[in-house]
Amino acid sequence: MTADIHLDQKRNAGAAEAAAAPQIATKLRVNDLNLFYGKFQAIKNVTMEIPERQVTAFIGPSGCGKSTLIRCFNRIHDLYEGIRTEGQILLDEHDIYEAGVDLNLLRSRVGMVFQKPTPFPMSVFDNVAFGIRLYEKLSARDLEERVEWALRKAALWNEVKDKLKQSGQALSGGQQQRLCIARTIAVKPEVILLDEPTSALDPISTGYIEDLINELKKDYTIVIVTHNMQQAARISDITAFMYLGSLIECDDTTKIFTQPRESQTEDYITGRYG
Amino acid sequence: MDINQTPLYRRRKRLNQLVMVLCQLATVIGFIFLFAILFTLVTKGIGAISPSTFVERTRMNGGGLGNAIWGTFLMTCAATVIGTVIGVAAGTWLAEYSGKGLMAKVIRFINDILLSAPSIIIGLFIYAVVVVPMGNFSGWAGVLALTVIIVPVVIRSTEDMLRLIPNSLREAAAALGAHRWWIIVRVCYSGARAGIMTGILLGFARISGETAPLLFTSLNSNQWNFFDLGSEMANLPMTIYQNMTINAFIPDLVALAWGGALILTAAILILNIAARYFSRQRS
Repeated sequence: MTADIHLDQKRNAGAAEAAAAPQIATKLRVNDLNLFYGKFQAIKNVTMEIPERQVTAFIGPSGCGKSTLIRCFNRIHDLYEGIRTEGQILLDEHDIYEAGVDLNLLRSRVGMVFQKPTPFPMSVFDNVAFGIRLYEKLSARDLEERVEWALRKAALWNEVKDKLKQSGQALSGGQQQRLCIARTIAVKPEVILLDEPTSALDPISTGYIEDLINELKKDYTIVIVTHNMQQAARISDITAFMYLGSLIECDDTTKIFTQPRESQTEDYITGRYG
Repeated sequence: MDINQTPLYRRRKRLNQLVMVLCQLATVIGFIFLFAILFTLVTKGIGAISPSTFVERTRMNGGGLGNAIWGTFLMTCAATVIGTVIGVAAGTWLAEYSGKGLMAKVIRFINDILLSAPSIIIGLFIYAVVVVPMGNFSGWAGVLALTVIIVPVVIRSTEDMLRLIPNSLREAAAALGAHRWWIIVRVCYSGARAGIMTGILLGFARISGETAPLLFTSLNSNQWNFFDLGSEMANLPMTIYQNMTINAFIPDLVALAWGGALILTAAILILNIAARYFSRQRS
């Protein structure tokens, strides 16, 4: 399994090198994706690539399908009935919508942080250890080390090292969100999906999390949905603009914000609507 | 313009005061009844209670209530344990697995009927399906009747409490790669624990005072019966009932019945306070 992935990654890298100038592998490839909530089509023919170890930001007005799209990347939609998808999403060139894909294993590779902080009703330590305990049998000491590592990575360690036994729900909103990020990192995923992670936070906590994203992209592929265009401009390498379920444009962030190809994109980023 | 002077505001303020007074009146009336009950129980019951009340068995004239207290305790505990297992499992299925299916609607509807079913009907039912075929009254029949009463209470509170757990928590746990049952056991139950415990305690309090379902099932006994649930089992509610009716001509037994009523009420009061305490812990 591991060897397979490794080979695939190499192959990807090779293909990308041959095809174009940037030597960045594609981590996620979306092919003709359609998604229906009952009869309503929320995603329309989206095709795009998400590069490895880069930050890809999704922007667009409310209800345009950004969150719906990234929730396909770890198939969290599968928790609910009445949602149908067509098309492909390839993670390291393997279709995650193929029959027989182990959803839990997929989600341990593609982590997710939600809009509202979601600490579990348990201690700070157990929150971070929750995901680790699912897939690894670590000694108490190794587990402690891993938890500390994750909390340090999420820039939270110094604030919580003396209250690891306290309830995670007793932390402040910004701390809770970083706890959720630590929890996600702790299982060492390959991709981290962030669904408007700072929309419920104050500017200082937002600043922490943006710094963190910058730090994390060295090791992880990051996909972020944001309502805040300045945020997309600040932290992302690639920006995708969605409107009414369609992907209008996806390009280098500087290009999107300086000379977008589509007039709809320009209207949106200059604040003419949305 | 001073807002206090507008006619609309003054009218609203008067209405507000009126409703407030009515609410307080209703509270006071409720309290009067509660305290009247407690007062009567304490004045009539306290004299009959002594240490020997708890250790001696019931006799034709006098004695204690030890066997009845034990019987009630044992049957209530057994019914609560069985009822908790069934109720929590069923409540979990309704809240987490059933979806919007017809089956869930039917079960929920039947559960609501059971929740408000007269307990004497449940006693009669167990009498017909257990006592008559077995040929004798038994502790097990009593336990079964009490279980049928507590199960819907536990189902309801388990389902309600699990529904209070936001879906975002389930999503977050799923996003870490957790299996469904693990999400329920580790995340949902830890969030709903206090509420489910409260439901179980309230159910326990309710069945500990039930008389009608025991009338046809465990009956009563004036002998010590520690663990033999296969034969008749003494219990407090039935003892109170018998002492107050067919034995009403023996003053000692009537006094003992008051004592038993006080003990039962005190136990239920303590359980309710414990339930309150647990539900406070939730926040």
